[in-house]
Amino acid sequence: MIRYLGKRIFYMIIALFLIITATFWLMQAVPGGPFTSEKQVPPEIEAALNAHYGLDKPLFEQYVDYLIRVITWDLGPSFKEKASTVNQIIERGFPVSLHLGLQSLAIAIFGGITLGVIAALRHNKWQDYTAMVIAVLGLSVPNFILASFYQYIFSIKLGWFPIAQWEGFEYTVLPSFALAALPLAFIARLTRSNMIEVMSQDYIKTAKAKGLSTFTTTVKHAIRNALLPVITYLGPLSANILTGSFVVERIFGVPGLGREFVMSISNRDYTVIMGTTVFYAILLVVLVLLVDLAYTIVDPRIKLADGGKE
Amino acid sequence: MKKSVFALLSSVLVLGTALAGCGGNEQAGQQNNGNSGSQEQPAAPAEPKGPQVLKLNLHSEPPTADPGLAEDTTSGAIIRATFDNLMRLKDGKPEPSVAVDYKVSDDLKTYTFTLRQDVKWSNGDPVTAHDFEYAWKRVLDPATAANYAYQLYYIKNGEKFNKGEAGITRDDVGVKALDDYTLQVELENPTPYFLELLTFYTYSPVNKKVVEANPEWANEAATHVGNGPFKMETWEHKSKLVLVKNENYWDKDAVKLDRIEFSMIEDLSTELSMFENGELDWAGEPLGDLPLDALPALKDQGRLTTHPIAGTYWYKFNTEQKPFDNVKIRKAFAYAIDRKAIVENVSQGGEIPAMGAVPPSMALNPDGYFKDNDVETAKKLLEEGMKESGLTELPPITLSYNTHDGHKKIAEAIQDQWKKALGVEVTLKNTEWKVYIEDLHEGNFQVGRMGWLGDFNDPVNFLELFKDKYGGTNDTRWEHPKYKELLTQSASETDPEKRKELLAQAEQILMDEMPVAPIYFYTMNWVKADKVQGVQVDGLGFVDYKWAYISE
Repeated sequence: MIRYLGKRIFYMIIALFLIITATFWLMQAVPGGPFTSEKQVPPEIEAALNAHYGLDKPLFEQYVDYLIRVITWDLGPSFKEKASTVNQIIERGFPVSLHLGLQSLAIAIFGGITLGVIAALRHNKWQDYTAMVIAVLGLSVPNFILASFYQYIFSIKLGWFPIAQWEGFEYTVLPSFALAALPLAFIARLTRSNMIEVMSQDYIKTAKAKGLSTFTTTVKHAIRNALLPVITYLGPLSANILTGSFVVERIFGVPGLGREFVMSISNRDYTVIMGTTVFYAILLVVLVLLVDLAYTIVDPRIKLADGGKE
Repeated sequence: MKKSVFALLSSVLVLGTALAGCGGNEQAGQQNNGNSGSQEQPAAPAEPKGPQVLKLNLHSEPPTADPGLAEDTTSGAIIRATFDNLMRLKDGKPEPSVAVDYKVSDDLKTYTFTLRQDVKWSNGDPVTAHDFEYAWKRVLDPATAANYAYQLYYIKNGEKFNKGEAGITRDDVGVKALDDYTLQVELENPTPYFLELLTFYTYSPVNKKVVEANPEWANEAATHVGNGPFKMETWEHKSKLVLVKNENYWDKDAVKLDRIEFSMIEDLSTELSMFENGELDWAGEPLGDLPLDALPALKDQGRLTTHPIAGTYWYKFNTEQKPFDNVKIRKAFAYAIDRKAIVENVSQGGEIPAMGAVPPSMALNPDGYFKDNDVETAKKLLEEGMKESGLTELPPITLSYNTHDGHKKIAEAIQDQWKKALGVEVTLKNTEWKVYIEDLHEGNFQVGRMGWLGDFNDPVNFLELFKDKYGGTNDTRWEHPKYKELLTQSASETDPEKRKELLAQAEQILMDEMPVAPIYFYTMNWVKADKVQGVQVDGLGFVDYKWAYISE
């Protein structure tokens, strides 16, 4: 187990290194820079600006500097937001995105599994169709339409929730549901198809023959096996959802991290692009590892010592 | 088919009720009251702190609250509220503010300002002439890396110091505090708009002690020190910014507002919904924007305020590439545009068709230099122009713009107009903003859209752009010796009438040569609650809340 973990962490570091390298060089290859504007900056000033931000050094040196900065977790100043450093941007944005993301994850997991199980147990009955129509809607209706729809119904028409901003619990409800729609739908479909498969297995028949109630059969024997693919999906999903969503944050005025991923690129805010990417990558590899560890808990047949599952 | 529609509908309802069930009872009552619409019932009950509170949306996080580093309208609005300059714009005219009086030398190149002695920083320190000297030199210091340092190039040796020219030090810059309350400023050229320039945020003072003690002073509300009508109470980054009345302000009796609360909502529809719901007192420009689709309806309801600002939307021609190296072809394309149709049916924001480069508020020739939608002349010019350049048919032409819905619609309309008027097929190309400007700067385009908003209220602002072939903002690669000469002359001309005459001649040349085809002059559009009074938006689109108040 320890050996396995060590190996995995070693691979994680290599993966991070590759991600940083690729992002750095891709970012430099994009035309335009942080100081590109309608009014071209005079060469002398541009030189001064470049020197100020260390962009006058050869690219390779900048790259090495950056690697060192990642290791010391000092991600540098933002070019666009002069009032903030990248560390501050992440420190401020991530807790908000985390809060929103955890709520959405809870809704998505709980709602998705419930819907999926109901659909599977009532296979080809109206409950199944209803659940799957909800799932299809969740998958196909774009985030921004759903978000505006929620705002219109629940804020403007019914007045139950504030339209936007981020001041207290009531402000988190609509964005959580908007963010949860897609993963909820996905989890529901995943659970349903696995449940249907598992329910036709011999051991479920055995359990039923033993006289176990439907509830016990489902919860103790079926769900556990049906959930493995869901857990696989949860790793990347969590990394994705916990780092925020550009669309939902924008529409609901949530001061999260999601918008930085998009805005930093259009601003060519190099340090923010790198910082958010590295942060996301770290979160992703850690969560994927956690998922692999979680397999052993859900399914004791899986052993990690021999290299594990990827 | 019917069945599936029913299933869809019912599931929407199920989803709706399911969501409604969750968390509905957690809702605090505050927002519910504002439901009946903002027009009849302003959001007074929602705010127990008294009525002199203005609720606005900043659209995005202000990148900085440091006047020396600011370079955008969002930061500008916050700085104008929290700082006070030598002069302040009131009803479009610069009036002495921190300065009580000023003298100008005969050659118009030396200004001596006498400062008020009762002006204090929000932390209680007195504001002195040394703060101004320090602030301006700080902006010009190359080590500060201030992008807007060029706003101070009018000051003697300002540009040289900023560009690090040998032999020019900090002490050579033409600004000097003669004593605590006298500031002497020497200029490079007589600059008739200098007093107006002084109202710009780059000319704001900063508190020397505070800035030197803490370089990060402008990043948080607790350490931010200004001398303006308001001071910063809270700044929750990316979420909320609150300004409160500054009790140390010298003219505090003129300030009626107790608080300004800024939210930071980027989405335009959300901003408008919040306004309609009474959660905001203002939606749209100058700080935010209105969704394009909402403009016609708001206009029909008579709620929209349209305010012309000094800005020109134009199409630049690359004058070094065929076919636009020929004047007549450039003119043909410019004349064939139906600006009135674009303004009325496409952009729909009350913009003014532009038949000149300089916006109406500073116009040199209010009648324009050519006729809008002059298809006959355009056809003739195109024919002549093609003959002159020896073309039997036009090479393929590409019209570029940066990716944006509004620009796309205008480009499509112009594409259609050119096809109908001149029979020319034009392809459209859009690229992301920074890639786009880089292409334009490098001359990698044929026709490209661009806009320019004035920094100060003088025609030279717009004419200067095309002075140098490779100047930072030209892009067209056009250059004209006479044009250059006229602009150089105007810079040292002390008689305002003669100067205006020189600039008018220059604009005439620009429009005769047509390196840019003006399309329209910009406007700002907004809706506001009826109770909001006294907010000043000037001709450049800068907003000042000093005199704003709420009248229920």
